[in-house]
Amino acid sequence: MIQAAVFYLFATVVCASGLMVILARNPVHSVLWLILAFFNAAGLFLAIGAEFIAMILVIVYVGAVAVLFLFVVMMLDIDFAKMRAGFAAYLPFGLMLGLILAIELVLVGGAWAFGDLAVQARAAPAPGGDLSNTQAIGTILYTDYVFIFQLAGMILLTAMVGAIVLTLRHRPGVKRQDVGKQNARTPANAVTITRPTVGAGVDTDVGVGSGRLGQ
Amino acid sequence: MIGIGHYLVVGAILFTLGVLGIFINRKNIIVILMSVELILLAVNINLVAFSVFLGDMVGQIFAMFVLTVAAGEAAIGLAILVIYFRNRGTIAVDDVRQMRG
Repeated sequence: MIQAAVFYLFATVVCASGLMVILARNPVHSVLWLILAFFNAAGLFLAIGAEFIAMILVIVYVGAVAVLFLFVVMMLDIDFAKMRAGFAAYLPFGLMLGLILAIELVLVGGAWAFGDLAVQARAAPAPGGDLSNTQAIGTILYTDYVFIFQLAGMILLTAMVGAIVLTLRHRPGVKRQDVGKQNARTPANAVTITRPTVGAGVDTDVGVGSGRLGQ
Repeated sequence: MIGIGHYLVVGAILFTLGVLGIFINRKNIIVILMSVELILLAVNINLVAFSVFLGDMVGQIFAMFVLTVAAGEAAIGLAILVIYFRNRGTIAVDDVRQMRG
């Protein structure tokens, strides 16, 4: 009874906030609705005992992805009102397509039952007893699936390098430290020793100036 | 009693909302990326529901990899969005065809 109440609460809120993500006029509001959807999906996972995925969902989706979205939406100065153009034009077609897709998916999933073959073919049956969900995941993630785990790390590394390479830029006119240039600088090309005659002054173009400041 | 069917229906509704979001927000690529996140969330709900109700831990392992890919996809997508905005001053998707070589 209480499980059903919790499920219906979280399921209602996750569907409603998902709807608001795509309907909100302001993308900042969309991101905030997305965060609510992620929190409630984590609640759904908690309700069936997948605690580790629930916590990872909160940490990764809410803590990293949604905040990244929020950061980009607020950083870019965009006229969002203009982007709403065509909203009503695409709505009937989108609704029709979405309705068909939803009916099909609900018909397939709503009456799902596992056959004997599926139960026999389990790759890693969930351990019973007092082993928690996190321990159960850890025992197979770091043994049977360790190579796929490392592959996931490589995907994240690729994404990180790609994001940095894409957004890194060198603006002209900004002074940066160039260590190679600094190390290549010797007294021969950096210092000029002159002996100006008393009272004649120094010709800065050819004397001290060019020698000391020139590259 | 809550069974796997309930969770699959929630996943189906979220998936449909994601597809619908891509359709009706075709000009706003930020909302399109958020819709893709919704779709991946629906996939995760399906994976975890199957994993729990079948009693097989692999579904939850796989959900973690889907999450990894979703994080990488969001990072790369937003990076492309930022450089596109920096070059053109707008993020209108209609003009993206000018990106061709």
